[in-house]
Amino acid sequence: MASTTASPTLPRQRSGSVAFQSPRARRRYWLTLGICVSLAVLFAIGLLTYNIPVAFGSDPFWVIARRRASSVLVMLIIAVCHATATVAFQTITNNRIITPGIMGFESLYVAIQTGVMFFLGSAGLTAFSGIGQFLAQVVVMVALAALLYGWLLSGRFANLQIMLLVGIVIGTGLGSVSSFMQRMLSPSEFDLLTARLFGSVNNAREEYLPVAIPIVIVVAALLYLRSRRLNVMALGKDIATGLGLNHTRELMTTLTLVTLLMAVSTALVGPMTFLGFLVATLAYQFANTSDHRFVFPLAITFAFLVLTSAYFIMNHVFYAQGVVSILIEFVGGTVFLWTILRRRVL
Amino acid sequence: MTNPSSTSTVAAAPARRDRLDWKLCLATLAVIALLGVSLFTGVYTLDGHGEGSPDMFWITRVPRTLALVLAGAAMAICGLVMQLLTQNRFVEPTTTGTTEWAGLGLLAVMIFFPTASLLGRMVGAIIAAFIGTTIFFAFLRRVSLRSSLIVPIVGIMLGAVVSSISTFFALQTNMLQQLGIWFAGSFAPILRGQYEVLWIVAIVLVAVFVLADRLTVAGLGEEIATNVGLNYNRMMLIGTSLVAVATGVVTVVVGNLPFLGLIVPNIVSMFRGDNLRSNLPWVFLLGIATVTLCDIVSRTIIMPFEVPVSLILGVLGSIAFVLLLLRKRRYG
Repeated sequence: MASTTASPTLPRQRSGSVAFQSPRARRRYWLTLGICVSLAVLFAIGLLTYNIPVAFGSDPFWVIARRRASSVLVMLIIAVCHATATVAFQTITNNRIITPGIMGFESLYVAIQTGVMFFLGSAGLTAFSGIGQFLAQVVVMVALAALLYGWLLSGRFANLQIMLLVGIVIGTGLGSVSSFMQRMLSPSEFDLLTARLFGSVNNAREEYLPVAIPIVIVVAALLYLRSRRLNVMALGKDIATGLGLNHTRELMTTLTLVTLLMAVSTALVGPMTFLGFLVATLAYQFANTSDHRFVFPLAITFAFLVLTSAYFIMNHVFYAQGVVSILIEFVGGTVFLWTILRRRVL
Repeated sequence: MTNPSSTSTVAAAPARRDRLDWKLCLATLAVIALLGVSLFTGVYTLDGHGEGSPDMFWITRVPRTLALVLAGAAMAICGLVMQLLTQNRFVEPTTTGTTEWAGLGLLAVMIFFPTASLLGRMVGAIIAAFIGTTIFFAFLRRVSLRSSLIVPIVGIMLGAVVSSISTFFALQTNMLQQLGIWFAGSFAPILRGQYEVLWIVAIVLVAVFVLADRLTVAGLGEEIATNVGLNYNRMMLIGTSLVAVATGVVTVVVGNLPFLGLIVPNIVSMFRGDNLRSNLPWVFLLGIATVTLCDIVSRTIIMPFEVPVSLILGVLGSIAFVLLLLRKRRYG
């Protein structure tokens, strides 16, 4: 791991005096961030306290409040994971329309879960939980991804797009293995599995949190501290190399960090493909700057806002909790469609 | 791998003589032999004694083998047409989301008209596949690409969007497992009286043979096509319709056959260069052979049960796709 201090080639500037085109843009940024943070906090408080059916301060009250608090905490973790990972991933791939979620992590997660159900039955799937299992999944995902990058991004024929496609295609192959196993399940087993496979904050078990939180905090902080390097990486390989950055090494480091975040998030709540894409697009739209030091926080805030508001509205307005993640996918997918039809250069 | 937009290497045999090419005859015989194996593979032995009877042969084996021929050839030719029209080697129904669109159309018909016939479901799938392919082609024409590899990436993401929409509706209407079974391509449920609509794709195949040269010219781009007197937009429309019809019909009757349209044309052009007219019969034969082989494997791997052929295709296809990509990585 390279040292994470800001690269010495860039003199320290006062934050914000360079990143924005005008003071007005800077004010707009902080205003947007403020509004989004307050909204997200409001929804989070709403999720914690709204409509608890027992008297304040009684024993059951604390049980319910504690459960809800852990859900909100999980949302915050997922928001950090997807937002940071997607922004960084889009920067190093020089492509604003892809998401790390498509790289086959989901398929790997689905394949692992389906395999356990297939070979060990529903009892096995229930038993397949706990910190050991969680860490094992994360380790398997990161190891496989690192193998893939190391193989395809080094050497004479290094090619980022080939690497992406190979990841996607391997994911598709794993997907067909999973769907085959799913066909062999009884309907009741299939229902149990489905509950696991759709991303939901209720999948997350509290015992994972002590492991997941430190990993996410450390990795996200590392990515944030690399903001200035990422700003240079965004200029493309030739310019970044000309400015004295070891492009391949940066690429590998960032990809590994992104993989860690995606693996933790997928192992925690299951697949979510378009959440990251949605919030990264929104963040670029409203940030008025491409400086990662400002894009990261905004993207995280948007992600948290999207999750809390979706869960709050679905829980307390429509009573349709199960579809939240699919709804987010749906909205994110629509934004994706709209984006690619408006783009001129890819 | 040659780049189709640059000068393409024409196959060694001149186009005039290869009508009666001995290699082609051999390949045809091999495919016919393979289809014979497919006719006599199964749990029932067809010697006229015991449980198996000639009826069984005509009720399931023959329809199944015909379906293999039609679906395999159709998906391979679909991939070829799409690669021609977009001038991109990695485009086919799986990598543009066309298949997912067809599935969405099918699901929509099943939800809104639960009593719809097979034909009604097919029309829904075809219309949706047409819309999806048109959207994708429109996007390709408007956007200038920095790399040909972006196309399949965007296409697969588009497919993910569409399939998340399908999943949403399937979950709302408790059809998720059914959708999964519909989607996993399999030739198991094909019986006499249920597969005949597949003959529609025979029309598509004939049309592609007739239009081969015009499709090639359309692939050279709007300016060149118009210059040599081709109505470019009409040709694009016809090409898209052919792809949509074939994909829609195959999705409804058989299911999803992943990567077939990608692997077959690429392997043929690797061995024979890019002369479309002389490659067509080869693509046709190789498509049939690939599907038939995968189907025989899927029938024998867990006798007396079967696995869906799409699983075998998905695994083999992914491996072949990765190998193609690595080849491109090495030779550009």
